[in-house]
Amino acid sequence: MNTPHRIVTPMRRVRGLGAARSGTRDFWHQRVTAVAGIPLTIAFMIIVIALMGRGHAAVAQILGSPLVAVVMLLFIVNTAYHMWIGMQEIILDYVHDDRLKLPSLMANTFFVFAVAFASAFAVLKLSFGV
Amino acid sequence: MADPEAPTVDGASRPLSPHLQIYRLTLTMAMSIAHRLTGAALYFGMVLVAWWLIAVAAGPNAYAGLAWFMGSLFGRLILFGYTWALLHHLLGGIRHLIWDTLHGLEPVERERLAAATLVGSIGLTIVIWGIGYLVMGGSR
Repeated sequence: MNTPHRIVTPMRRVRGLGAARSGTRDFWHQRVTAVAGIPLTIAFMIIVIALMGRGHAAVAQILGSPLVAVVMLLFIVNTAYHMWIGMQEIILDYVHDDRLKLPSLMANTFFVFAVAFASAFAVLKLSFGV
Repeated sequence: MADPEAPTVDGASRPLSPHLQIYRLTLTMAMSIAHRLTGAALYFGMVLVAWWLIAVAAGPNAYAGLAWFMGSLFGRLILFGYTWALLHHLLGGIRHLIWDTLHGLEPVERERLAAATLVGSIGLTIVIWGIGYLVMGGSR
């Protein structure tokens, strides 16, 4: 006769370990930043279209004006967090080898911080006018 | 998290669920894939936003270089694709938020929403670029 097989389900492995507590955090934050991103992205597109074809002095002045600068900073920070979660989800979906997965997750964080800080710094510099 | 395809105690490897390639391609599926692809493209597209802002902050010379590149045919193609990707991801995101509320999930509704994402993003891209060229006189 066949030897009996033991089936260990994922549920069996985690039962008794307690709640993960943070399992839906990324899911929820992705939705919060998605909702915030609707008006911010529309505002960003309006700003870009309004600046199209203008000379440097006008672009610098408009981007540095308080209202535009604040909207741009909100857009940058919100987008950075949204794309950080999104790329992490893509990596976790397709990269299963730790030797590649962990550096990819790190690179994601580095990239997002670099892009966000560069963008935010530029807006702040224009706004504070140095 | 445990690797879903890791061997169980008895050594058998059990695939848990079939993946994309065994299903017939549907519009909602294609739009789901497009949502992820445009998201990934926009992720790298943020480099352009950072470059733009840094160039403005750096001064007239740096800005002239950026303006030249964006005004070139290659630059315009990138911006055109960027516009579409941004609008598609925006509309696709709204569609997903609607679905999150458990609305629009019936067979006809979900197909309509998926089609609206595609038609809307292409239409809006053309409208925005039309305004750019007709009203604002294109690249100056």
